[in-house]
Amino acid sequence: MPKQLFSDYPQDSQRFDEMFVSAGVPRPHYAGLYARLTRQSVTQVRDLFSEVDRQVRDNGITYNVYDEAEGGSRPWQLDPLPLIIPADEWRGIEQAVIQRATLFNRILADLYGPQTLFAEGRLPPALILGHPGFQRPAHGIVPRNGVHLNLLAVDLARAPDGRWWVINDRTQAPSGAGYALENRIITSRLHADLFRELRVQRLAPFFAALRDSIASYAPHDDGQTNTVLLTPGPYNETYFEQAYLARYLGFPLVEGQDLTVRDGCVWLKTLSGLRRVHAIVRRMDDDFCDPLELRADSALGVPGLMDVVRRGNVLLANSVGSSVLETGALTGFLPGLCEHLLGEKLAMPGAATWWCGEAPAMEDALEKADHLVFKSAMPQTHGRRFGPVFGEDLDKAGLAALSAKVRAAPREFLAQELVALSRVPVLDRQQMRHLVDRSAGMRVFAVATPEGYMVMPGGLARTSSEHDVRLLSSQRGGGSKDVWVCGEHAASPLSLLRRPVSATDLVRSGAGLSSRVVENLFWFGRYSERCDNLARYLRVALGRVTDNQETPIEWAALAAFGKQIGILPKACDERDAIRPLLRSVVDSSVAGGLASHILHLSRAGFQLRERLSTDNWRTLNALARSVEKKPHEDVGIYEAMALLDELITSFMTLAGFTLDGMTRDHGWRFLSLGRRIERLQFQTEAIETAMRMGEEGNPEWLLEISDSIVTYRSRYMARPEWLAVLDLLIADEANPRGIVFQTGGLRDYLKRLDESLGDMPDTGIEALHTRLLHLDPEKDFHPGSASLQEALATLRSASAELSNQISLHFFSHSDESVRVIA
Amino acid sequence: MSQTQSQSQTKAQSQRYHVIHETLYRYGAPVSLSQHLLHLTPRPFDFQRTLHHQIEILPAPMERKEHLDWFGNPSQWITVRQPHATLRLIAASTVDVLARPLSWRHAGSPGWETVAAQLAAFPSSAPLDAQEFALPSPQAPLLEEVRQWALSSFTPRRPLLSATRHLMARIHGEFKFDPKASTVSTPLAETFKNRRGVCQDFSHLMISALRALGLAARYMSGYILTHPAPGKPRLIGADASHAWVAVWCPDNGWVGFDPTNNCQPDLEHALLGWGRDFGDVTPMRGVILGGSSHKVEVQVTMMPAESRDFAELLEDVKKRSLVQAPEEDSAP
Repeated sequence: MPKQLFSDYPQDSQRFDEMFVSAGVPRPHYAGLYARLTRQSVTQVRDLFSEVDRQVRDNGITYNVYDEAEGGSRPWQLDPLPLIIPADEWRGIEQAVIQRATLFNRILADLYGPQTLFAEGRLPPALILGHPGFQRPAHGIVPRNGVHLNLLAVDLARAPDGRWWVINDRTQAPSGAGYALENRIITSRLHADLFRELRVQRLAPFFAALRDSIASYAPHDDGQTNTVLLTPGPYNETYFEQAYLARYLGFPLVEGQDLTVRDGCVWLKTLSGLRRVHAIVRRMDDDFCDPLELRADSALGVPGLMDVVRRGNVLLANSVGSSVLETGALTGFLPGLCEHLLGEKLAMPGAATWWCGEAPAMEDALEKADHLVFKSAMPQTHGRRFGPVFGEDLDKAGLAALSAKVRAAPREFLAQELVALSRVPVLDRQQMRHLVDRSAGMRVFAVATPEGYMVMPGGLARTSSEHDVRLLSSQRGGGSKDVWVCGEHAASPLSLLRRPVSATDLVRSGAGLSSRVVENLFWFGRYSERCDNLARYLRVALGRVTDNQETPIEWAALAAFGKQIGILPKACDERDAIRPLLRSVVDSSVAGGLASHILHLSRAGFQLRERLSTDNWRTLNALARSVEKKPHEDVGIYEAMALLDELITSFMTLAGFTLDGMTRDHGWRFLSLGRRIERLQFQTEAIETAMRMGEEGNPEWLLEISDSIVTYRSRYMARPEWLAVLDLLIADEANPRGIVFQTGGLRDYLKRLDESLGDMPDTGIEALHTRLLHLDPEKDFHPGSASLQEALATLRSASAELSNQISLHFFSHSDESVRVIA
Repeated sequence: MSQTQSQSQTKAQSQRYHVIHETLYRYGAPVSLSQHLLHLTPRPFDFQRTLHHQIEILPAPMERKEHLDWFGNPSQWITVRQPHATLRLIAASTVDVLARPLSWRHAGSPGWETVAAQLAAFPSSAPLDAQEFALPSPQAPLLEEVRQWALSSFTPRRPLLSATRHLMARIHGEFKFDPKASTVSTPLAETFKNRRGVCQDFSHLMISALRALGLAARYMSGYILTHPAPGKPRLIGADASHAWVAVWCPDNGWVGFDPTNNCQPDLEHALLGWGRDFGDVTPMRGVILGGSSHKVEVQVTMMPAESRDFAELLEDVKKRSLVQAPEEDSAP
């Protein structure tokens, strides 16, 4: 077995192999993993991998890929074998990263302050002042405690001699720490015993340090610090991670329009008004942060934010303008800067780099172009992107074209020596039988704390795609691994909630929810109820569609209702409804159909990602996947019915989470308002349509759609009679599908909101509720009752009005769009 | 300056102006919040002094803060937080414009390649701001076709100022002034291809050409005096914002060139501020919340101070409604 698993794995020593010293001889810290792999059968190994894939899928871990229509997202690629680093080796890496972060912070402080590095000729002004990432409005701002760089990510690679090199720096809004955490959760479960044996160091203390130091650096007004995570929005490539981190760290995830600047401070728009924000951890690029002072063509950020930062009234991590350090062109200057600013030798080298903005360097680089890789020195330059170009891939004409390109704008380019990346085994996903070799690099994270920088003991290992072993890019299809740092002592089981919670931290009501989150919860409630209603309708309609000629009155009513709720096209011939019904189930391109509503639901859920539990997520993910598949042309009734059964179970599960798994705060109340309003509208319309059949019509289908057939039969054991049906569906306060159940619920929720938020508009729901309860069954519960018809019509318009009022009252300020003008 | 003053007996040494710059925003629907960044305050420098300056804003902003930007230009932020359908700003100043030394027109200057080499060196002996203004910027990018075109003015070893004057004259001669040809966001490549534009385009073009040759050039934002037709009175609101260029010369500092009028700014150009290009000194940019659409009207009046009393002139401007303002078809 072991032979087979490693049969395709190369044995040469051209690259450093992370796992093996030589053919078949694992490094000491890999011995345990190797032994386990060789003991297992092919099936067991394969199970390991499918388990990882299942967890990734179930948790909905995704990475959004650009250039795919409508922001395609792809499951996160995680290989189950960790990258293992011994303790003593890690100490060196840790020290080097701490030094680098400290150095970078000093450089930023100079560039956005006295600029002595220019005056002393240590850094070419053209490299910084000509870099679009240098943010002039940030000059002169001294951040709180002098920390410009709260969070740093460094990409490392290992050369054939075993030494680590820096290949990239991420200085403005580093991503990846959340993915590292997700990888850890999955990988540590897969190899739980090995994880303990190796005393793998925990990641939680790093995140605790991040949270604590942000809180300690932030301005305090009354002892409490509100920190938010600022996202560019759901279409950003790492939105999943941002939502995940927000939930993990307990920071509300906000978009620019959720925040506003007033009286020199930043405020979060919440249900109960404005709430002061003391610290912003941003995942938004520098130039998008403030449309007033920075990039004027985007309304993504928070207008006026820079001024609040300048006044010291908010902590912005990292400080605006830090992206200028991401340029690889700095590499050549760092050793000198390190000696000058820190009085130390630079501990970890970067790959030899030529910045073409210096004429002699450019000539030199172009001379040996076929041995170098060319990159953009200023990736943000006027939207021009220039991917890494390997000189060795180019023919004579290609090299000449490259040379011309570089000479036309030399400052914008740099050339680097190729660093051969180290080799790691990953499982071949196609065959699931062998381990194949990929190149690997490691992203390591550091956070500023009052005691200096702290490095995450672990990180995100990134592996090359099969197409190009020279590149590590999630955008280009590379994969990832967890990084295990072996401990010298047993790791302490420290959880994130280390700081004792004080009474001021207790937030019970949910009044601090942002208006946008509340709006999304409301619509999430409406969509989940609507999906359930549509699925029930479709199940009833498909069950009757083949023999519809036998009950023409009932079928006509059912079809009419289908048209009213948008399942059947208005012009559809009732006798020929099979195809539109089936398509509504499976084809998400049919507007107003069930499948398309499921996509709406999952989109609304996506916006609420950080507020939904993992279990909730799994269900939503499964729902979305069931309709994302391309519909095949001739889906049969049997198949569609089976799918509907499955979907309805999922909808019930979602409803169950709402009922049993959510805290009864205002957020929950809005979600429930959404559900009740939706159900009220659906039920009212169904009853009205059914009543139009008249006395001779059989209301059985109405009972089925209303999920009340079982209750009815247990009570009456007879063919449905109008009096009993209408009583059950309208006036029975115990029937969760009944009308008064909805109106009663709405009345109670509105009362609670009115008590704590005040000024709820009166939409007459309470009066209608009372009126329904006082209907006289003998007189009013028959299809011809004018007073019942009138009551139902009033109810329908009142519920629509209630929905409007809620939007106006609570959501309107998050709805107004920000526009940039000149 | 004092040496050159004595050389010219006939030429005035300074001129005092009143400049009133009025901006009116009309929104399709009331705006609940607007925030603006203003560059409407004249920047004092070697050749211009401010005697008086004020900005009136209606409705009155809740918050107002002054600031010197990276380039040293006075700027200010305003926030209007009450619902408003219009926003009116009147920036009014009295400034003294001083004559430039005659040597700028006639004396020699170093060969342009020498200046370019000085700017490109690392470390460089040129001042930091000159090194910065030699770099491309968002609205004045480096274009190879522009560089090639400019080279026929910058023949080998030609004195910097003489070559720059030649370039200015070519822009004036080869490009047509056409307010309909461009907007504030017309890219440089298009201006160059169509051979038409307004003062802003010509300035960007000239800056881009100079920088492509390794020289330092900055964008000058301000106003220019217009001359009424003979016998006609000077009208309120008949003037306009203007833009020109300054090039760095090691001997003289920053020397102005106005490619739109083929002249070197002297007593008829009043400065607001400078930057790498228009984007750095946009007179007014902002963000609004709400409002369905918006329209901006701008009216500029620049008058020799001796012809009108400041307070009276300001009153006259305020009394006029912008809607009646004449079409600006003769902007410089």
